[in-house]
Amino acid sequence: MKKNYKQIPMPVRYAINILLLIVFLVVVNGLIESKTISFSDSKIIMLIGINIILAVSLNIGTGYLGQLPLGHAGFMAVGAYASAILMRNIGASWLTIPIGMIFGGLVAALFGLIIGIPALRLKGDYLAIITLGFGEIIRVVLLNIDDVLGFKLTYGAASLKNIPKTTTFLNTFVVVIITCFVIHTMMKSRHGRAILSIRENEIAAESCGIKTTYYKTLGFVVSAFFAGVAGSLYAGYLGILSPGSFGFMKSIEILVMVVLGGMGSMIGSVASATVLTALPEMLRTFASYRIVAYSLLLIIVMIFKPSGLMGTYDFSLSHLLEKLLNSKRSIGKKSEKGGR
Amino acid sequence: MSGRDLRTPIIPERDKDKTPVLECVGLGIDFGGLTAVDDFNMTIGRTEIAGLIGPNGAGKTTVFNLLTKVYKPTRGEILLEGKNTANMNTIQVNKAGIARTFQNIRLFKELTVLDNVLIGLHNEMKYDLLSAVTRLPWYWKEEKIARRRALELLSIFCMEDLAEQKAGSLPYGAQRRLEIVRALATNPSLLLLDEPAAGMNPSETGELMENIRKIRDTFKIAVLLIEHDMSLVMGICEGIVVLNYGKIIAKGDPNEVRNDPVVIEAYLGKKGDIPC
Ligand SMILES: Nc1ncnc2c1ncn2[C@@H]1O[C@H](COP(=O)(O)OP(=O)(O)O)[C@@H](O)[C@H]1O
Ligand SMILES: [Mg+2]
Repeated sequence: MKKNYKQIPMPVRYAINILLLIVFLVVVNGLIESKTISFSDSKIIMLIGINIILAVSLNIGTGYLGQLPLGHAGFMAVGAYASAILMRNIGASWLTIPIGMIFGGLVAALFGLIIGIPALRLKGDYLAIITLGFGEIIRVVLLNIDDVLGFKLTYGAASLKNIPKTTTFLNTFVVVIITCFVIHTMMKSRHGRAILSIRENEIAAESCGIKTTYYKTLGFVVSAFFAGVAGSLYAGYLGILSPGSFGFMKSIEILVMVVLGGMGSMIGSVASATVLTALPEMLRTFASYRIVAYSLLLIIVMIFKPSGLMGTYDFSLSHLLEKLLNSKRSIGKKSEKGGR
Repeated sequence: MSGRDLRTPIIPERDKDKTPVLECVGLGIDFGGLTAVDDFNMTIGRTEIAGLIGPNGAGKTTVFNLLTKVYKPTRGEILLEGKNTANMNTIQVNKAGIARTFQNIRLFKELTVLDNVLIGLHNEMKYDLLSAVTRLPWYWKEEKIARRRALELLSIFCMEDLAEQKAGSLPYGAQRRLEIVRALATNPSLLLLDEPAAGMNPSETGELMENIRKIRDTFKIAVLLIEHDMSLVMGICEGIVVLNYGKIIAKGDPNEVRNDPVVIEAYLGKKGDIPC
């Protein structure tokens, strides 16, 4: 059976995936431009994209590294403010959003490095506590830094306004795709396996010669980078930022998406980020109960399926196609046998 | 002790002209008030199969933890191919040539058998993160070579067909064998096996014995194993060290050790039990 298993060659897999993604982008973009999808719905779709990036990147810390970071919104905030300040100064052009995103991502990654190095040396719950503290500190600093130091930088509670509204459906989802691709390819490499080995058994990882501290930090920094990128998209999406949107509850919201989807499953994160963003937006009246609903959902999932809805399952179109191809063949064979 | 010079390997003549792969000199560790290992001296030749035996709690696993720097020695020196490992940590010791298995199996349970071995091959691959993410040609090439190598290593124990299974789902014996394969993947010069035959039936143990010998012969490496199964120890070990209460009580080839009255006393002692 093994020898007969038909495999789709790598270039064909890439072609299929790229083609489908382009079709998806073009179709949805067309629907939005022709106003078949309403403006407010297109806004929700963009928010879904931003939340997918947040969930998929947090998944590196929770799902792949097996840690419990509670300050993802902090990295998002750093990226959002850094890129917003930059974008305000360079004005709107087609380059604004890529430059803003890369800058936002890098600043967030730098913060990830600064927080990660001491935090990841500690074991167990310390990382949760330190990242939780970090998130709150960022929020408070963004709120007060102008008053204290006399800057005109973040405008505190008065909000940072007039950010170029550069975020579109197209650039959001191109970034979503790049993010998923980068994280996926990273995890399928020796570097990704090193990260997984730490989650599985740190002592065994070290005795296999894996530089555990380095790889923990790397995972954490990459996770922070994409949170910063998502923050940049968020800044260009709203055009206005206030520190209140990056509180502890935002971190929890992202964490719920990851846990619900299944820690370590990228497709799970994508699916639950989609559902958990779309549902409350569509049921507006229900939105204020969101936190209650999240908590309940989380409890229910923890009781009935602690590994999350998808577990560690990862979806691959090519594998599915291969399975279909091969199951058809084997069915054919079975009926042949039956006929004899 | 059987009056042997501490600096010569116990058996293999063929390694006479090389520095031994491992030399421990006066190695010891205290846990608070408890001296778990004391004055541990041992030398292992380049392609020697050596045994470390002794009753439960004698300090055997602790010796492994000292050699791999899971614990930092309180006293003494460890020389790996003549190089002092005093300033190395677990990771560096592995890169310098010691690989090990664990008494209480430590596999990457949620990952596949193949991935477990590929993690062992981590440092054999060289491509950086950027080439991995952009999937440059040498990423594919190195991955392909590593995959082939991993399957080759698995074939030592006829485990290639299990490659895509979750490591945690394997039967106990297969998990122990996978740990050996993963350790071998790191390309060691000294392989430490902590009770490799534990939980195996006699026929599995016999096979394991053959395989350990095969591994030594094909990879030209030294093996130090802790084992309670005396048929295995006496069958393949060329040199044996007996530990009791953290101290070496005897040293020598299987015949010397088997007939040493001190060993018989320590093992059979007052109760007359078969070695546990
Ligand atoms: N981390 C530790 N802290 C305190 N005592 C330890 C530690 N590790 C081992 N010991 C003690 O060292 C002694 C030897 O243990 P061990 O090396 O596991 O024995 P064995 O020969 O059965 O492998 C035991 O008394 C054990 O309790
Ligand atoms: Mg032990």
